[in-house]
Amino acid sequence: MDLNLKVWRQKNATEKGALKDYAIKEVSPDSSFLEMLDLLNDQLIESGEDPVAFDHDCREGICGSCSLYVNGEAHGPSRAITTCQLHMRSFKDGDTIYIEPFRAKAFPVIKDLVVDRSSFDRIQQAGGFISVNTSGNTQDANALPIPKADADKAFDAATCIGCGACVATCKNASAMLFVSAKVSQFSLLPQGKVEAKSRALNMVHQMDLEGFGNCTNTGACEVECPKGISLENIARLNREFLGATITEG
Amino acid sequence: MSSQGLIKSSIGRKLWMALTGLFLVLFLVVHLAGNLQLIYGTQEGFNEYSQFMTTFPLIKITSYLLYASILLHAVDGFMLARSNRAARPVRYAMNKPGENSSWASRSMALLGTITLVFLIIHMKSFWYVMHFGNIPMDANGMKDLYSITIAAFENPLYSLLYVICMIALGFHLSHGIQSAFQTLGLNHPGYTPGIKKFGSIFAWLMSGLFALIPIWIYLT
Ligand code: HEM
Ligand code: SF4
Ligand code: FES
Repeated sequence: MDLNLKVWRQKNATEKGALKDYAIKEVSPDSSFLEMLDLLNDQLIESGEDPVAFDHDCREGICGSCSLYVNGEAHGPSRAITTCQLHMRSFKDGDTIYIEPFRAKAFPVIKDLVVDRSSFDRIQQAGGFISVNTSGNTQDANALPIPKADADKAFDAATCIGCGACVATCKNASAMLFVSAKVSQFSLLPQGKVEAKSRALNMVHQMDLEGFGNCTNTGACEVECPKGISLENIARLNREFLGATITEG
Repeated sequence: MSSQGLIKSSIGRKLWMALTGLFLVLFLVVHLAGNLQLIYGTQEGFNEYSQFMTTFPLIKITSYLLYASILLHAVDGFMLARSNRAARPVRYAMNKPGENSSWASRSMALLGTITLVFLIIHMKSFWYVMHFGNIPMDANGMKDLYSITIAAFENPLYSLLYVICMIALGFHLSHGIQSAFQTLGLNHPGYTPGIKKFGSIFAWLMSGLFALIPIWIYLT
């Protein structure tokens, strides 16, 4: 299949970028979206041009590195997958495809399609952990009885891969779905309850400091999230945060 | 570390939106119940009711709470909307938000602003006149707000404006009610679909009945 690509090119964090047109021919419908970009980069290198920088690592939908806004949607038109799992058969011969970086003040562009998502790391460092004694006599995790329903919900929340599609797709560039997943995976379990209040307070504080927007419950994040993280988590974060604020300030 | 509490944090500021929003919804119900007298009630009845609403102490206190809520809701809403715009300085060249969210949910600030402009006009024509205007008396010696209201709605442009604003309010509430529940942390797979349905039906029923009043008066 032959395609017209409109790719965001930007030299570095300070220079202004722009969409650039590329024609690419004979792309196999069985190739993945990132393989199609590899092909484009081979062409660019051959013609002496700078290849397009884009993030990727596992290419199997588990690491959360890939991060493209394809034709107006985070991770492209398909649901519940990352960009690396998107295949060219989702497009038609002759299609024009817009490829842009995830856009948010808290995700500044580093180069082309690569954005700096270390704001997520700083939110995690503010509270996305449990403090356990690792002196050698750690308690066996299975010694603590946990209701199946809680374990399932905690596990669902823990499947968040931190890709940032929720931020990219949200009209407010809000990070609430990500933060709520990271808070929920702990707060539902006894090991996480100990630090539940300070965790919610500190992670939300860091989220606000990073310049993410405020949630208006549009629900776009849940639809575009490759892992199907549910809005229920955001409601839980609201409860945890408001409860902690009222009792702890 | 401080979370910046209920005033500065994003979730805290959202809490005020939800609380004031739901209080305004409650007010709308009472207001609608009163206004429907324009359709089924008498001139004397409506004027008596208006006098009661402007003079009874408990209602007066509640009305100050209401003015404060409108102000807080509008100011907080504008501030949140501003910071939301700032959170994405560079926009997408190609964006398809319709694929993942409703138009109303993405247009709350616009819909709220239309409602605010409407509120100002509305209060100027009825509230201000009732409180400070020179108003004729009815046969019972009560301020004749009834005749003022009927006269206002006999103007087709005024009635049209009223109906358009009620459509905006309908959209605002169709998202706003379910959104307020979510903001308050009330989400449950068993109840949330029902809350959403209720919010939407309630929103359109309320705005529909409000809009019916000028249409009714204009037609009869
Ligand atoms: C009778 C009038 C009004 C009622 C009953 C009402 C009700 C509501 C409700 C229930 C919400 C949802 C709160 C939440 O998401 O937690 C909301 C949100 C909102 N309202 Fe209003 N509102 C009214 C007027 C206004 C006015 C005058 C403005 C502003 C100028 C405004 C601006 C907003 C904005 C920007 C939101 C979005 C907040 C968000 O979703 O996070 N509203 N409103
Ligand atoms: S919540 Fe979903 S969209 Fe957001 S970072 Fe996690 S996996 Fe990505
Ligand atoms: S490259 Fe790892 S999730 Fe896409």
